[in-house]
Amino acid sequence: MRIPVISGVFDTKVGNLPRSSCMSLHAEAALGAVADAGLGIGDIDGLLCAYSLAEPHPMLSSAVAEYLGISAVFESSLSLGGATAATLVMQAAALIEAGVCRHVLALTGDNRLTGMSRDGAVAALAGFGHPQFEQPYGMSIPAAYGMVAQRYMHEFGLTAEQMAAVAVVQRKHAARHPQAHMREPITLEDVLQSRMIASPLHLLDCCLVSDGAAAVVISTGDARNELPKPAVGILGAGQGHTHEHIVAAPSLVDFGCKNSAALAFRRAGLSVSDIDVAEIYDSFTITLIVELESIGFFARGEAGPAIAHGALELDGVLPCNTHGGLLSYGHSGAAGGMFHVVEAVRQLRREANTRQVKDAELAFVHGDGGVLSAHCSLVLGRL
Amino acid sequence: MKPVPRATFETEPFWQACADGFLTYQCCSTCGHVQFYPRTVCVRCHNSALEWKKSNGTGSVHTFTIVHRAPSAPFKPDVPYAITLIDLDEGFRIMANMLECSLDAIYIGMRVDIGFECRGDGAIHLPQAYPRRA
Repeated sequence: MRIPVISGVFDTKVGNLPRSSCMSLHAEAALGAVADAGLGIGDIDGLLCAYSLAEPHPMLSSAVAEYLGISAVFESSLSLGGATAATLVMQAAALIEAGVCRHVLALTGDNRLTGMSRDGAVAALAGFGHPQFEQPYGMSIPAAYGMVAQRYMHEFGLTAEQMAAVAVVQRKHAARHPQAHMREPITLEDVLQSRMIASPLHLLDCCLVSDGAAAVVISTGDARNELPKPAVGILGAGQGHTHEHIVAAPSLVDFGCKNSAALAFRRAGLSVSDIDVAEIYDSFTITLIVELESIGFFARGEAGPAIAHGALELDGVLPCNTHGGLLSYGHSGAAGGMFHVVEAVRQLRREANTRQVKDAELAFVHGDGGVLSAHCSLVLGRL
Repeated sequence: MKPVPRATFETEPFWQACADGFLTYQCCSTCGHVQFYPRTVCVRCHNSALEWKKSNGTGSVHTFTIVHRAPSAPFKPDVPYAITLIDLDEGFRIMANMLECSLDAIYIGMRVDIGFECRGDGAIHLPQAYPRRA
């Protein structure tokens, strides 16, 4: 049997979208991705959804299926924070390989900015902390990542300037994407002088809060010759998990991304040196640095200096988050991670216009949820 | 109001000990594994014979952050405040605010004593970190 392929992708506008709801965003992304695959909504026989913080529903996939008139043979909602999007793709591929479905719609979106306000989003995200052993201390998600960054600086000599360089290059990438939430160029000084959120993380070390949605259609490999756009193969996928709560993390420098990436690469029969473009979860500048080193794109302690010297630029050794990532393109809950998947597909289809990585054949996508808790990696390739 | 931990079946002895002025932790009677937070089973060998032990309440800062943007209204008057992960000398880790300490004086490896802060009408005594007095 041929490997499952990504047949269609779509992302809505991101940012401040006052005339949107969680459901309207889901509908727009779903119809867009299905059309991109050259299919009709009636062809969809699998529906995988994530979760919404702005309009929570205990059975989101059923509510979405009802809203859109989808009748699938398999549907499910799952919740793994920032690892959700990549996990939906992994799950869809498994459903297709098992012969359960032919065309699975993986759908994510939230109106986090207009639906709940920045304060509301920050408060809701703090609810990821342990109710007895973390939340009473006023822990926010930035505070948890701030503690990871502090330890990483202590052990490996990472500097605030090197973290700031991540934010600067992501913004540079976002400026080339017409749809990005934040496109105004920034400098190292802008990052370092932005107000402190949770030391050592400044405001511009932290991702955005955006409205938006994204969807991907995953199809059986047998359908690949009927697709209107070049098929992108799901060559490998893997997960890795070490903890949920930061207080219970076995290490603050080694996380599940090491295992998830190793599994994905082993299944693909490839390694980090084969990758042309990477779209890796960047909830904070430190997130990307930790993941780049754990996954093996850079040796320990070397990502910071390399990034400061342009490693993640379009012509760098590893063009990364070419749409601008969560830091500058946008972050709409589970859709934040799906934007990374959509961008990887556009790169492999050579549809990325001025941000196109030349001759991109293989892409790596990674999502992490919680505080570097749940990890899912994908290796995608042009067929 | 700041969140007040609500004890569950397996954490109730821990919070009771805090009210009595002791930090406690679980030690597996079968394999000797030390764990925090409290569970009904040993996370390593899954035996349910767990012994509660008293910590001597001394440890070191594993990492920390100074929070300038509070996650919710009750913490806004406190900013900037410090959150730490403390490695207790018995081999387990807890989260705590660092209290009665200049924020500039906190560093990784700093020695601390654990004390208790009253929350919610004194019903809960929350473990907190204080600089070790020389």
